[in-house]
Parts: sequence; structure tokens; C-alpha cells
Amino acid sequence: MNQMINLVMSATGETLVMVFFSTLFSLILGLPIGVLLHVTSSEEQGGIIPQPIFNNILGRIVNVLRSFPFIILMILLIPLSRLIVGTSIGTKATIVPLSIAAAPFVARIIESALKEVDPGVVQAAKAMGSTNAQIIIKVLIPEAMPSLVSGVTLTIINLIGYSAMAGAIGGGGLGDLAIRYGYQRFRPSYMVAAVLVILILVEVIQVAGNKLSAKLLASR
Amino acid sequence: MKITLKNLKRDYGTLHAVQDVSLTIPSNKIYGIIGRSGAGKSTLVRLISMLEKPDSGEVWYDEERVDNLSKKELIAKRRRIGMIFQNFNLFSSRNALENIAYPMEICHMEKGYIKKRSEELLALVGLEGRGDAPISTLSGGQKQRVAIARALAVQPDILFCDEATSALDPQTTRAILALIKEIQKKMNLTVVMITHQMEVVRDACDFVAVLDSGRVVEEGKVSEVFASPVSDVTKDFLSTGTNMSQSVVRWSQEPGHYTLRFRGQATDEPIISSVTKETGALFNIRAAGVQTVNGEEMGIMALDIGPNEEVAKKAIEKLKEGGISVEVVK
Repeated sequence: MNQMINLVMSATGETLVMVFFSTLFSLILGLPIGVLLHVTSSEEQGGIIPQPIFNNILGRIVNVLRSFPFIILMILLIPLSRLIVGTSIGTKATIVPLSIAAAPFVARIIESALKEVDPGVVQAAKAMGSTNAQIIIKVLIPEAMPSLVSGVTLTIINLIGYSAMAGAIGGGGLGDLAIRYGYQRFRPSYMVAAVLVILILVEVIQVAGNKLSAKLLASR
Repeated sequence: MKITLKNLKRDYGTLHAVQDVSLTIPSNKIYGIIGRSGAGKSTLVRLISMLEKPDSGEVWYDEERVDNLSKKELIAKRRRIGMIFQNFNLFSSRNALENIAYPMEICHMEKGYIKKRSEELLALVGLEGRGDAPISTLSGGQKQRVAIARALAVQPDILFCDEATSALDPQTTRAILALIKEIQKKMNLTVVMITHQMEVVRDACDFVAVLDSGRVVEEGKVSEVFASPVSDVTKDFLSTGTNMSQSVVRWSQEPGHYTLRFRGQATDEPIISSVTKETGALFNIRAAGVQTVNGEEMGIMALDIGPNEEVAKKAIEKLKEGGISVEVVK
């Protein structure tokens, strides 16, 4: 029993580390791509710097990356993980494919959040002499903040799921625990414990995200 | 600041939104541009305010051409104009005071100054103490007041009002127009007002241009255009517009065959009776009233003239001699 608690605790810690850093890096990667996708879209869609050809190419790349099954992406990215963190197994190594898999998802979420911003407000900002950078930083992103928070919440929840999958190739964390102990060593209690912790994590993140988003909306 | 438009044209595909518009908008006046929806008003204001470039033609602010500026010059120039909109277009992520601060922030003004000036502007538009109010808690009129304060933050030379009162009730509209008039005088602004409401032009503007299918069909001082409208669109605006039903007392649902317009002196004279005496014409008055256009009284009367066409013709001549505009209602 004690051993199980210890294992679950350390696996939860690993999952949290994986999810935290892969959320962070997927945001760093996905945010600029999402902003680019939005601002280069056509004027009717709210783009402030319409670049149809660039927008089309970027959109296709994002779609291709999104349609890759995660498990395959993870294997394809083993050399990259080795290059960046020096190893292809373990928690740290898993952060690389997780971030890259989530980045296009984040990009689309950010794009759609920015698309919801009232075009009239953007027009007003433009009429006042805002530069494009000012429109993005001072208008688009703050105006879209409640949707962005919901989007990030969704990303974190997805990453919890993906991180569990990463356990299958030795990524550590709760998924790894469930597979190695619960499945391979026939200990269903480990499986149940791991799934329960994942459930609780998802629930906590969802409730916190909803609360924050609602709070942002209420103060407007 | 004087604005001069020379042969402006703008097409969207096969739609000729603005066709060959030339106008001179005098400095420090309130200039109305009125038209039905689809007349090209919105496109025209986007062209004048440098939000869009014309396909051909020129826009001049005083002695400077502004329709062909580089990106950098364009941004600098836009920081010298203010604009308010039908839907207010305030930032929901900012409270009232922060909205007013925005145009100053993007010009990198000093923080202490921004704060002080924002408070001043808030007081100027009558919202003292409401600075930390979230935008959604403000009424339509209050939102437009914040928008006006925001537009005035950088002490612009020109204020554009794009259907600024169209989303407001009549009472609030009057209050907002009064505020714009007061500010125009105080700050020596050139105000360009785009609207489809004749009463906005009547109550606030010094000059008016009537736009129809992308062309200016009539232009001049408001008192003159109201007294003797030339184009059908203007007549339509004057008679079927809300202003006729609001300020006129009706005795009959029939519209009457003629519409008479009196201005200034003529409203004081018993001209109808004089004409009856001279020509024997019989007038059947169906509706009549007096309204104030830009400080000048203007009478309006819908009537039939009898007993026969010949007498009616003579009567109309007499009326016209007396300085009254006579329109035949179709």
C-alpha cells in the first residue's frame, strides 16, 4: 500500500512537470503561429495584415501537424528529443513531442479566440493610429482573454491525456505507471489509482479554468 | 482644419460605392453627410478618415494630401484625428478611464499626464467618478460619452462621427449632439457627421451634403438646403423623414398635393391669407408646423390648392415671389 502511494505520488509529480512545461512550450510555439494565422487572414475574417498565400501555406502546415497521430509523432521526434534534452526516454524527453504536438492545436485555439474579437473595436484602434503590434498586444489579445483562458484550459486537459499516452514509450508519469504496473504486472489497483488521479487533475483544471474565464468576463 | 475631397472614387467589385465625390468641408464647422443606407456614406467616411484608400481622387487636410501617405505617415496622421462610431467600439478589456487613456498610450505619452488628462476628459463628457466602471455597466449614452472622450484625448483636428447617434434613443441623441456641439466650439474642431437621420443634421450641423448612390446630389448650408431642397432624395428626407411626423400637426391622413416651406421672415407673415385675397385661391391645409433648424425658424405646410388649376398656378407663383419654396407632392 505504502509503495503504491509513493509510486502514485511520484508519477503524479512527473505528470505535472510534463504537463506544465509542455503547456508552456506549446504556448510559446503556438501563440505566435495563432496570431499570425489570424492577422494574415482576409479582411473579412478580421485580418489586419492580409497575406492570403502565406496564410494558406501556414494553415496547411498546421493542419498536417494536427492530423498526425500523437503516438507516431512521438516516435518520429525521438531524434529531436535526443538532440534537445540528450535522451529519448523519461519525463524530460517527453516534453518535446508533447509541446510540438500541442502547438498547432494551441495555434488554432488562439486563432479562433482572436477571430471573436469585435472587428469594430479593431477598426477603432486602427483609426486612432495604432501600429499592428499595438493592435495585437493592446487590443486583440486583451479583448480575447476570456476565450484564450478557456482555450488554454482545454490545451492543459488535452496534454494530461497525451502525457498519459507518452507513458507507452517510457515517458514516465501516471500513464507509465498504469501501463507498467497496472497492465503489465496485473495490478488493477495501480491502474485505478492512476486513472483516478488523472480524473481529479482534469476536473480541477477544468473548474479553475472556467472560474478564471468567468471572472474575466464578469469584470467587463 | 479644412478638408477637401477631389473626385473621390471607390468600387467594391461591381459596386460603385463612391463615385466622383468632390466636397469642401470648412474648418471649425459641423458638416453633415446624410444618405440612406447603401448610399455610400460609410465608404466615404472611411476614405476621408484615411481608413481606406480611394481607387482614384484625392483627400486633402488643409494643404496636405493624405490619401497617398506611407504607412508611418499614415499612423502619425491618424493620431491627429478622432472618430466615434454607431456601436461605440470601446475596449471591453478596459474600464472607462483606460479606454480614454488608450490613444495616449499608443503615442507613448507620459503616464502621469495620461492619468490627469483622462480624468479631465471624463469630467468634460459628464462622467466624473465613473472612471473605473466596466464598459458593460454603462448605458448607450454613457458609452458614447466615453467614446467621445477617447476620441478627443489626443486633441485632434478633426472628429468623425459615423452614425454616432443611430443606436441611441431620441432623448440621448439630443444630449450627445449637444455635447458634440459644445465640444466643437470649445476645441475648434472640424466635425464630420455621417448619418441617416435628418434630425441630426437639423439639430447639429452647419453644412450638409446629401449622398445618393455614391454621389453628392445636394450640398450647402443646412438652413438653405432645408428651405429649398432641390433633389428628390433631400425632399424625401425632409417630408417622409421622422422630422415631418414629429414636428408637424396633422389634420388629415392625406398627404396634400403641395408642400410649402417658409424660412426666417416668411414665418411671421400672413402669406396664405394674402395670396387668397389676391388670387382667390382656396387652401386646404392638411398639416403644418414650425421647426428650428440650426437656430433658424422654418415653417412647413402640406396642403391642396383650389378651386381650379389655373388659380392654383397663380397662387403658387405668388407664394414663390414671397420667398416660399413650393414642392409638388407626387
